[in-house]
Amino acid sequence: MSLLQTTQLAKSFGDTHAVDRVDFSVREGEVLALIGSNGAGKTTLVNVISGLLEPDSGTIRFLERDITAASIHEKIAAGIARSFQLVNLFDKLSAMDNVALSIFARQGKTRRLFALADADAEVRGEASNILEQFGLLPKAGVLAGGLSQGERKLLDVAVAYALKPRLLFLDEPTSGVSTREKAPIMDIISQVVRSERITAVIIEHDMDVVFTYCPRIVAMHQGAILADGTPDEIRNNEQVTANMLGTDRHA
Amino acid sequence: MDILIVHVLTALLYASVLFLIAGGLSLIYGVMRIVNLAHGMLYAFGAYVSAWVVGLLVARWPVALLFALLPLGALAAAGLGALLEPTLLRPFYRRAEEYQLLVTFGLLLILADLLRLLWGPYPLSASQLYEAMGSLTIGEAIYPNYNLVVIAVGALAALGMWAFVYKTQFGVILRATSQNMRMAQALGINVNRVYVQAFTLGCFMAGLGGAVIMPSQGAVLDMGVDALIMAFVVVVIGGLGSLEGALVGALLVGVVRELGITFFPEIELAVLYLMAAVVLLIRPAGLFGRP
Amino acid sequence: MSAWPLPPARALRWIVPGLVILAVLPWVLEPYQTTLFSYGLVMAIAALGFNLLLGYTGLLSFGHSAYFGVGAYAVALIVKYFKITSLEVFVVGGIVASAVVSALFGFVCVRYTRIFFGILTMALSQVLWSLAFKFFWITGGSDGLRVPTPSLMGVSLPPREDKMTFLAHRYYYYVLVIFVLATAVMWVIVHSPFGKALQAIRDNETRAEFVGVQVRHYRWVAFVVSGTYTGLAGALWVPLNGLTTPDILHWTFSGEIVFFTVLGGFGTFAGPIVGAIVFNYLKTFAVGYTVYWQMFLGVVLVSLVLALPTGIMGMVARLFGGRRKAPAA
Repeated sequence: MSLLQTTQLAKSFGDTHAVDRVDFSVREGEVLALIGSNGAGKTTLVNVISGLLEPDSGTIRFLERDITAASIHEKIAAGIARSFQLVNLFDKLSAMDNVALSIFARQGKTRRLFALADADAEVRGEASNILEQFGLLPKAGVLAGGLSQGERKLLDVAVAYALKPRLLFLDEPTSGVSTREKAPIMDIISQVVRSERITAVIIEHDMDVVFTYCPRIVAMHQGAILADGTPDEIRNNEQVTANMLGTDRHA
Repeated sequence: MDILIVHVLTALLYASVLFLIAGGLSLIYGVMRIVNLAHGMLYAFGAYVSAWVVGLLVARWPVALLFALLPLGALAAAGLGALLEPTLLRPFYRRAEEYQLLVTFGLLLILADLLRLLWGPYPLSASQLYEAMGSLTIGEAIYPNYNLVVIAVGALAALGMWAFVYKTQFGVILRATSQNMRMAQALGINVNRVYVQAFTLGCFMAGLGGAVIMPSQGAVLDMGVDALIMAFVVVVIGGLGSLEGALVGALLVGVVRELGITFFPEIELAVLYLMAAVVLLIRPAGLFGRP
Repeated sequence: MSAWPLPPARALRWIVPGLVILAVLPWVLEPYQTTLFSYGLVMAIAALGFNLLLGYTGLLSFGHSAYFGVGAYAVALIVKYFKITSLEVFVVGGIVASAVVSALFGFVCVRYTRIFFGILTMALSQVLWSLAFKFFWITGGSDGLRVPTPSLMGVSLPPREDKMTFLAHRYYYYVLVIFVLATAVMWVIVHSPFGKALQAIRDNETRAEFVGVQVRHYRWVAFVVSGTYTGLAGALWVPLNGLTTPDILHWTFSGEIVFFTVLGGFGTFAGPIVGAIVFNYLKTFAVGYTVYWQMFLGVVLVSLVLALPTGIMGMVARLFGGRRKAPAA
């Protein structure tokens, strides 16, 4: 079932066609990688779909509904969530509070002024479970600003995951992390995604990560989709190898 | 018809002074990305210094010569700015913006009382200069010549700033620093020096505004904050960081204010705030600002 | 901000003795001293409100004098036009009036952040200040409006009791109770899911939006609560002062509110309370010492921001905090 479908989606910055009339679709349950060299348009595409940017033209359909003009809030309510390439966390709140906030927001409890957040056992319980899934439970009480870079990347994903989205965009979840830590981080993420059957789109530069974890790969180049297929198909695609794999073998 | 001309001239008068203040504010923001909440105080300082100096020598110098003293207010404001930037502002560039606002607010409190300390709670004036110039007869209306001088100063300042920013080498450096500070630094530009120069120039403009309007309206304690708020309305309309915006904004505010005073004297302030609110709603970056 | 609310045990160690001291104050101090302290408690309520915006939501307002003044003038106008002098009505009137004005002003202001927010709040309070002069037939202009001693829960000042004693005793306890209630309510608010959402907005506006928190709306609610607290303070202040004038609408009074919050430490819950009370004494001293006390305030503010940005409570936390991570300045 098609979860997300963009039709002729376009976004330009001046003369640069960052997203050039893209038709992009995601089926439910898929885990796909979005690859491309810098400036290919991957992050812009995600930014437009998730609502950070407005498209110049084209449509976005999610679960058969047109969400092209929807606000960020509406898109989240519809079931789209994202993590960020440059870690975006609430640094002065604890890891527990970071995740709990997503849950409170999801349940509409952030409207409550006269209830104690820490007294909500249900939310704390769920947040603890999520932290455990991401291997962060021991650091639950630590302020997000005080975690290591790898932990922060995981927490960033956990915060998006806590929204229990139908579609999760992960923007370079292993960037900025040492090579040693990449595999463990991707293991956790892929484990969570698969066990909860979340549809995930992962922007990645590291081709090892891409080929290992993603059964479907969409390659972008200069704002357009260059190729779309399995790791083998992509590996054997001449255009892709010419434009990207040669330079991006090890990001 | 003659009344219309008087109204236009009055609007231009107000616009001239506003351009000087708001232009200074915008220049500083454009280059340094800070807003000095005490900027209006530099305007007041300029007015007070000029008034004081003129007052000292009014009995002994011929009026014509006293005019030459007016720029001293602007220079004093510039000097004060040159002192303040490295000591009070520079420590805060790397810190959260709240601290910048807090420190310039503290500065506002200090300067407000400093004016009172130096010159007392009563207004200072040098109206001799204003009266000495006489007035122009336009049909059946009379218009003070001094106001024309102020308009001329404003126009010259606008031209001068434009030439300075776009035609001089220093202007190039200013623009480079304002667009990309790190890059400018990498190219060998001494950013600290550019900052202090930009700040000084901005304060000079504000001080000039105060000095030049002083013979007409005197130097009053509250003029600083009122000026800041009006300058704010101008930069909201024109866009923070843009000199063209400051000019256009100042003209618009001048015209609207004049219309307001003429037809709705009670709600004059409200019309201006309304205008600012409308612009903020439609185009938050202002007409010429960078979003 | 600490990562979790003070565990009750730890807090009780100083709250209970604190309350006891506050309760016996009028019996220990001279009436003048008690009344002086009342001013501090009233300002503490304003500071709590103000800090909801600054410390918890990350919005620095330079125009809170507007809501304090609205609360105060609401009381004065209730006396003038309705001839009512019940403190209960004063409190309700002050709350309602300041809630309405802060809802209105807040709607405009929260569309912007930082500089624009700050100047916009300042500008709006100056508009009110100038209106207080313009509409002098309503507001009494620069002379202001007098407010007589109100009745507390129906009980008026007995003819033989002098006003000082009344203020130092019954009025003090009334203010104290409201102060304790207001503090408790604010404590709950900042530790509620809503409070967490505000802090998230403070820390990362974009991420907050992407977690489903509609930033502008939440800021607006915070603004209204903040303004209402400050208005309540204004309403309680007028009977103490006996008089309200346009001065409390002026931007310099907003500056005082900013000052004592920063003095106490805007990164903690109790900081604003401490700052307001300390400032109260500081100002009394400074005003008696020099007519240029605003400059003195400005110098202290600049010094604070340069050297002690976390304020008094920040310093205390660091001295006694030990293991806990100090919040980043």
